[in-house]
Amino acid sequence: MSETTRSYLRAAITIACAAALYEALARSGWFAPALMPTLPQVGSALAASVADGTMLRHTISTLYRVLFGLSLAIVFGLPIGILMGRFRAVENFVLPLASALMPIPSLAWVPVFILWFGLGNTVAILIVFYAALFPMLLNTWSGVRAVNPLWLRAAGSMGADENALFWKVIIPGASPFIITGLRQAFLRAWIAVVGAEMLAASDWGLGWVIFDAKEFLNTSLMLASLAVIGAIGFVFERLVFGSIERATVLRWGMVRAAKG
Amino acid sequence: MADSIALEAPRQAEPRWRLIWRNAFPFLVVGAIWEIVARAGVFPPRLFPSLETIAAAFWRLTLNGILPHHALDTVIRLGAGFALAAVVGVTIGILMGRSRLAEDIALPLVSIGAPIPGLAYAPLFLLWFGLGNTSAVLLVAFVSAFPIVFNTWTGVKAVKEIWVRSAQAMGADDTRLFRHVILPGALPYILTGLRLGLAQAWRILVGVEMLAAVPWGLGWMIFGAREFLNMDVMLAGVAVIAIIGLALEKLVFQRLEQFTVVRWGMMT
Repeated sequence: MSETTRSYLRAAITIACAAALYEALARSGWFAPALMPTLPQVGSALAASVADGTMLRHTISTLYRVLFGLSLAIVFGLPIGILMGRFRAVENFVLPLASALMPIPSLAWVPVFILWFGLGNTVAILIVFYAALFPMLLNTWSGVRAVNPLWLRAAGSMGADENALFWKVIIPGASPFIITGLRQAFLRAWIAVVGAEMLAASDWGLGWVIFDAKEFLNTSLMLASLAVIGAIGFVFERLVFGSIERATVLRWGMVRAAKG
Repeated sequence: MADSIALEAPRQAEPRWRLIWRNAFPFLVVGAIWEIVARAGVFPPRLFPSLETIAAAFWRLTLNGILPHHALDTVIRLGAGFALAAVVGVTIGILMGRSRLAEDIALPLVSIGAPIPGLAYAPLFLLWFGLGNTSAVLLVAFVSAFPIVFNTWTGVKAVKEIWVRSAQAMGADDTRLFRHVILPGALPYILTGLRLGLAQAWRILVGVEMLAAVPWGLGWMIFGAREFLNMDVMLAGVAVIAIIGLALEKLVFQRLEQFTVVRWGMMT
């Protein structure tokens, strides 16, 4: 048996034990069954909500908000970050503002945005945008600054014009930082979207389901949505960003040095 | 233009007043734009108060002690949750790094729990532990424990096997081995974990306060002020949150970073 199969096996045993322990606690009757549903109940709540399509619609609403906000953050963060790295004046103007706004957790803005934009999608998208903007901006900025000046001069002396310099040297050179920024931005966006959905109650969305199910003590639906949220986060982190990383920075050989 | 990247050092040579002016200038521009928009009456003044109104609200609430009370409670909650997370997280992380059994038990559970955003657990914690402080502190602790566990575990794993073996060969017992080899070897990672955990706790805390209906706290103050359209109070609250966040960053995170970088000669 290879090392990997063994570690999968061990993980499976642990999870089975934890599930059995939970099941025993849930059935023991020490806690109110409404607060601690058994695993079959959670499973059937998940199956029911998937079967009637509501879970799918909640998932789509949440994904729409998070991806819309994230795209906005990329559209603004990437160019401004590059400009900050290239022009001192832009850096001097944006950096103080960014370092003052960044420590404010995005959720602190939720009530303010609700009053400005009303309940609904706009608030959630803007909160996601706020949460994702700064990691994107600052990582791009430090990525552009970290491009080895030797490469720039070498490319320049070999006759690369501004355009070629930008696309062939600066962007690939900064790409490990940009991808790290994208990852961090997604993680923060994912936290922010759940919080924003709970606070700025809309009608659909995974965060809202959990919050709404609390009102009806529907703990099994809460746990089911929690599982869906975890699964989506896992898929994005491992599969989406993992493959982006393989397709860009690993292929360009940009992280070999970092991995030692 | 390409040179602008290579220029790094001359920054320090700048006179102090220019540095202050350079950092203040963007805020003056943004403040002026805000003031013009607020006074032009494009938006109702209730929703878009002038800076003067916000400053007045800030001053009023500070003088009558309401704002400091909210801020203090938020900071105490942050400290309590983070302290709990630090103790539990470092312990679990070290156990995971040292014992195969603990690693096998804890790692799958930690990897399942970590990708779920902390706030998603909030309603569950509220049902289990009731509204109020207990839920808020436990949730903050729970959320900030994940980065601490991961980094401590990585740090203990990263201690070179040869250091451990040479210490053992020189007759170090388990206590000595732990205190003189493993702990110093893993400390940079543990500190990084603590930094990430504290940042995570701070990001989640304000949202938790809004959801958990705690009696005092900046998040609750902002959320409560919304009901009365008190935009000036809300923005004053956001300003205090920014100040606390900035203080955390400058006084805690950067200190920790410098401490680790200088003492161990590591690049973060």
